[in-house]
Amino acid sequence: MNAALLQLTRGDVAGPAASAATACVHCGGEIGAAPIDGRFCCRGCSGAYAIIKGLGLEQYYTLRGNAALGERPETATDGIDWNDFVVPLADDKAAGYRIELLVEGLHCAACLWLIEQALHAQPDVTVARVSATTRRLHLEWKGKPERVNALGAIVQSLGYRCLPYTAEGLERAGQAEEKALLRAMAVAGFAAANIMLLSVSVWSGHLGSMGPATRDLFHLLSGLIAIPTILYAGQPFFRSAYAALRQGRSNMDVPISIGVTLAAAVSVAELVRSGPHAYFDAAVTLLFFLLVGRYLDRRARGVARRGAERLIAFTARPVTVLTAEGPRQRPAARVQLGDRVLAASGERIAVDGVVREGVSALDASLIDGETMPRPIAPGGKVFAGMINLDAPLQLDVTAVGRDTLLGEIARLMEAAEQGKGRFVQLADKVARYYAPVVHLTALLSFLGWVFIGDADIRSAILIAAAVLIITCPCALALAVPVVQVVASSRLMAAGILLKSASALERSAGIDTIVFDKTGTLTMGEPRLLVDPALRPEDLRAAAELAARSRHPLCRALLAACPDAWPAEGVEEVSGGGLRRATPDGEMRLGNARFCGLPPSDDAMPGSEICFTRPGAAPLRFRFQDALRSDAAETIATLRGRGYRMLLLSGDRMPVVREIAGQLGIAEWRAETDPLGKAACIADLQRQGHRVLMVGDGLNDAVALAAADASLSPTSALDVAQNAADAVFRGGRLMAVADFLKLANASRRLTVENLGLALVYNLFAVPLAIAGFVTPLVAAVAMSSSSLVVVLNALRLPRGQETRKQESQA
Amino acid sequence: MTILLYLIPAALGLGLLGMVGFLWALRSGQFDDLEGEGQRVLFDDADAQQRLRRPKQ
Repeated sequence: MNAALLQLTRGDVAGPAASAATACVHCGGEIGAAPIDGRFCCRGCSGAYAIIKGLGLEQYYTLRGNAALGERPETATDGIDWNDFVVPLADDKAAGYRIELLVEGLHCAACLWLIEQALHAQPDVTVARVSATTRRLHLEWKGKPERVNALGAIVQSLGYRCLPYTAEGLERAGQAEEKALLRAMAVAGFAAANIMLLSVSVWSGHLGSMGPATRDLFHLLSGLIAIPTILYAGQPFFRSAYAALRQGRSNMDVPISIGVTLAAAVSVAELVRSGPHAYFDAAVTLLFFLLVGRYLDRRARGVARRGAERLIAFTARPVTVLTAEGPRQRPAARVQLGDRVLAASGERIAVDGVVREGVSALDASLIDGETMPRPIAPGGKVFAGMINLDAPLQLDVTAVGRDTLLGEIARLMEAAEQGKGRFVQLADKVARYYAPVVHLTALLSFLGWVFIGDADIRSAILIAAAVLIITCPCALALAVPVVQVVASSRLMAAGILLKSASALERSAGIDTIVFDKTGTLTMGEPRLLVDPALRPEDLRAAAELAARSRHPLCRALLAACPDAWPAEGVEEVSGGGLRRATPDGEMRLGNARFCGLPPSDDAMPGSEICFTRPGAAPLRFRFQDALRSDAAETIATLRGRGYRMLLLSGDRMPVVREIAGQLGIAEWRAETDPLGKAACIADLQRQGHRVLMVGDGLNDAVALAAADASLSPTSALDVAQNAADAVFRGGRLMAVADFLKLANASRRLTVENLGLALVYNLFAVPLAIAGFVTPLVAAVAMSSSSLVVVLNALRLPRGQETRKQESQA
Repeated sequence: MTILLYLIPAALGLGLLGMVGFLWALRSGQFDDLEGEGQRVLFDDADAQQRLRRPKQ
């Protein structure tokens, strides 16, 4: 689903635009300045293309269609060491080895095809299989374990980044549970359908066309199917109910377990004395419906856990350690604190450390969410997950693995997710009061019939059982999930994918909304600020130089003047900018220091570039991350509805102040680190506010997990998307308003539904106590109450309509 | 009513067949990657056998 969405959005942006002449043959991105062979944007792409062609796999490009990759292959592929992660297939080493690798950069089916085919072309590879759901490559080969590095390098050279996957054991346990639920569901579904077939015959037979012998045979068959089914498929509920009772609590599973067991027991008793009524159908059908809900819930939770695992994988990359004997490659786990390590340019750093030598720029988007590169010099701190952009850096290691900032973020995310798991859903709250009342009613009606009504024990038990079965929380158990199902389909139509089952309920009482800046309120890419004093020919001259660089600001400059032709003889100076020798002198495009200009006071580093030419006044180009087109409208709408709004950003103060001013957000905080964001949300919650977090970066992930509810755009990092409760598509920020409106509407409907279920019980229970309820009456009453609840849920407004009303208002 | 002696076992047998089929599919890992499998159908290549080899769970 995610992959499809991703592909869709990517396609919208880059698909048709990436036409033959300007698009790189391999990655589909803009070719920019220095085309390699006239067809590729960089060495990585031309290398990947050569490998694909060499293996005879050009079909990949047809399979992929128009979708651009968006990411360029990493060129620093050497120095992989994954030997530590190789597992032998069996005790006998001849059987071969296997490894699980997380693959970054999968976009569509063509990627799966390419990786699998490229690996199968190796004679010693026995199994290579990529899963689009888990984004993992399962690789098996015969021969030496060391082959793993060569095989991994093949995948890397195709343009995908690989990380060893280590949390296999944990994942297996979760998967086994999911599968067990699915099996139970299949068995219950089979049994429910067949027993219903028999029951309908018995019900119609009550009119007189069926003799007692046939009826008893049908009951016997039903029982033979139902008893093993209940014993097998009822286990998830029995276990949970038992666990709750042992702790002296009650949950929804307690009345379910008692109802199902009792219905089965009474039916067996009826069967033995060949009575006219059996409730096998009610018991098994109820079990089936409940298992469906339970399975969906479990699957949503599994998705959330994977996010944290993927984060940790970033810190498992090999590291180049500078030892007395020279540079050595080591897995990050075996790096000691205080070691001197080398971070090549273009490499993702796997440890936390302090820079000792080298001046470079870092892509810190994983940590602070900012797209602008951050300059770094000796003494500066770097964190695992950042990418070194310009020049090699030497670092002293300060933390590795789970102790890194990244590890801390992952741990906090897990903790916050678990906290959310403790959220008590409305249905469970109701069940807490409902269960004792129902059981007491059944007991009273039994005693009443025995002592006041003078009934015999057997019929008194039957009546008490009927009370329990008819109050069995069918409508109650449906009241909440059915609203969720309808709500998520409505949200889907409005471009919002709901991921967590309880998210809607948690979003209902929201009074405070916290926004991230970059990528959430803004587009997340720098744009050239329009300057009326700037002459087009000056812009063009600068853009001709900029066309030779892949630096984000240069690309933004080129985007402002797309028809600029790349200039000849341009040289890129690491950590400075671009220069070009002309007969009159040197042209320079780069930071203020590089161009020999004093740093400007008001401009922030990383958001301007300077341009000097012989015989012309120096120019400064300012860049800003543009707001989403509907950001102002969305904020205004939400303010109109009385929400308190905050802006928390990792960006510098002047930028945040500017954006907050433009949107009219009074409360804002700049230079907030990931943990600071989470702490701010915790503060708000302590003050009694209920908080919705909207963010897209890894730096928001903890805050997203900690907030009462959270939203992410589809352009967000996987990790953020996994931490968020819902993901919205496209550039529309108005989705936030849609989401809140629908959450409130569905909260209202849930309460209504619970009310309806209660009303149904008010009518049905007296009938049951009076002894009028036969299995037929029970079946009709139960299914009609469920139907009413379902129909009520369908009244939920459509997402598209909410938007229309919004624009009219 | 003797027809029931055929019809009921037939109905149960067919239902059982469906269930066993589903459980088999589940066991053989066909539900592990719901996104990928749907797209794999579109690949037409000579070496189809290769792709049938899947990791043993």
